[in-house]
Amino acid sequence: MTLRDLYLLSPEMAMAALASLVVLVDLVVPRTRVLATLAGVGLLVPAALSVLLWGEVGGEASGAVTALSGTLVVDEFSLFFKFLVLGIVGLLIPASVDYVGRFLRSPGEFYALVLFSATGMMLLASTTELVSIYISLELTSLPLAVLAAFLRDGRSSEAGLKFLLLSALSSAILLYGMVLVYGVTGSTRLEEIAQEVARVTAGGGPLFQGPVVLVGVALMVAGFGFKVASVPFQMWVPDVYEGAPTPVTAYLSVGSKAAGFAVLLRVFYVALQGEELRADWGGLFAVLSVASMTAGNLMAMLQGNIKRLLAYSTVAHAGYLLVGLAVVAGGGGAGEALLGPSGVLFYLGAYAASNLAAFFAIIVITNQVGSDQISAFAGMARRAPWLAAALALAMVSLIGIPPTAGFMGKLYLFNAAVQNGMAWLALAGVVNSVVSAYYYLRVVRSMYLLPAESDEPVRASAPMVAALAVPVLGVLLLGVLPNLLLEVAQSAVGTIQPPG
Amino acid sequence: MTLERWLVLSAVLFTIGLYGALTKRHAVAVLMAIEIMFGAVNIAALAMSRYVVPFALRANAADVEGVASLVLTGQVFAVFIITIAAAEVALGLALVIAIYRSRETVDVTRVNLMKR
Repeated sequence: MTLRDLYLLSPEMAMAALASLVVLVDLVVPRTRVLATLAGVGLLVPAALSVLLWGEVGGEASGAVTALSGTLVVDEFSLFFKFLVLGIVGLLIPASVDYVGRFLRSPGEFYALVLFSATGMMLLASTTELVSIYISLELTSLPLAVLAAFLRDGRSSEAGLKFLLLSALSSAILLYGMVLVYGVTGSTRLEEIAQEVARVTAGGGPLFQGPVVLVGVALMVAGFGFKVASVPFQMWVPDVYEGAPTPVTAYLSVGSKAAGFAVLLRVFYVALQGEELRADWGGLFAVLSVASMTAGNLMAMLQGNIKRLLAYSTVAHAGYLLVGLAVVAGGGGAGEALLGPSGVLFYLGAYAASNLAAFFAIIVITNQVGSDQISAFAGMARRAPWLAAALALAMVSLIGIPPTAGFMGKLYLFNAAVQNGMAWLALAGVVNSVVSAYYYLRVVRSMYLLPAESDEPVRASAPMVAALAVPVLGVLLLGVLPNLLLEVAQSAVGTIQPPG
Repeated sequence: MTLERWLVLSAVLFTIGLYGALTKRHAVAVLMAIEIMFGAVNIAALAMSRYVVPFALRANAADVEGVASLVLTGQVFAVFIITIAAAEVALGLALVIAIYRSRETVDVTRVNLMKR
């Protein structure tokens, strides 16, 4: 390890240091506002370091620098996800101040665990080696399990235990897949795996005896499928989302999904790029994609609890996102194939903005009315016009109606499918989006058309208003000027292409 | 012993663990089954490390020093798996105790407050 390595790792190290600092300050000043301010302002350090690194590898320079003898890479792709995670955490901290102050007993630990998990997510976007991928994945999910159990009541503990058991189970499956791939190719580095796959595909060696590598890839798909909440590995999602504290649910739905897709894209696009192999996993993702959106949307219709509804909605969105990975099976050219990953990156940004806006509005409203049921949102348009408008906008964006970010995201993803000759996948996505309008609009209907139970206004605190304004503006801005993010996304996926 | 035998042993253990994790009702038993799965993965990793020619050796046989470090990849993998699995179990048992305090049961089929 050299000083240069430390510099390349500095955003993550600053994040971990900040988390430790929050725990220490908690010992002296155990006050929610102080700790939230410290965590929020402290985020500027990793953000500034990421900007410095972007200056080195991003934009015009457009390169990739490896650290720690090639186990980590700093490129536009990883920095894109680092900024996304920093943005998510930066909004989540002010938005959770009231909730943490009211319901949770140890604010310092709450913020520290959020930051530790974010450290894992940022590392995950950078790792290019199977062992480090596994470690970063666990660094992401173990704090999330504790956060899910943070309320210390029956439901919350249940959510934490379910998340932990299924995350451990999926880790074991993922590891088995990783070990098989390592055994077949003789390396845990994605780049070397790619070279080995390329050599064997070119007819160079007897390594792929039997279906070992396919079993390995299938097990890895299953393992990552748990993390991004795709069918048939979605069973933990509704219970965990419902039982966890609402800010944690928001964090789970956007943060761990973004990190999961970062590592999925990196592993599959860099390491497993043999022609035959690509068709195999592309086809697998196409099936999972259609299954996820259909099952997610159908189950969401039956839900009366808003957190469960958004849990199934997140499964459906995992389905839309998987379209971006499935398109490689379509057999388009190299240019068309990259439309998929850049669509995924854009969609993740759009989805993060929409979902955070929705969850922030829900946190305020459910705190006030004391119920997670959709019926409790009746008449919210009169009790809290601005919150209702923000929630309605988020729902419209999640359906994918213009002029919102969600529409642009779906447009690019489905366009990628059509360009790669998989129009049926795009069709499935469009049909599903129409179906999903039913349950999203049910929330809007409840807020705008049903009579209110009381006339007592629902008010948001100042930090919450600030935190809510950013994703709402983001949803509108990306809906009107998608190129702001799309150009960055297109440039970022350029660095995850396989060597040679 | 050949690589195949180790891999068969590992696959059998993994399947037993997976079956246990999906069918056991006691939360601690589920954790134990998941531990068996991690153990199976470790056996596979160590066997691969022992028998499979590392990538660096295939590419450049002269680079002996580089190879010596790469031969350990599977073993290092196993060490990390053991470490993190221990952390996972510690957290799992803490959550089991939290559940037991509020529900007086750790039967995962009866821990279903949200399914009703």
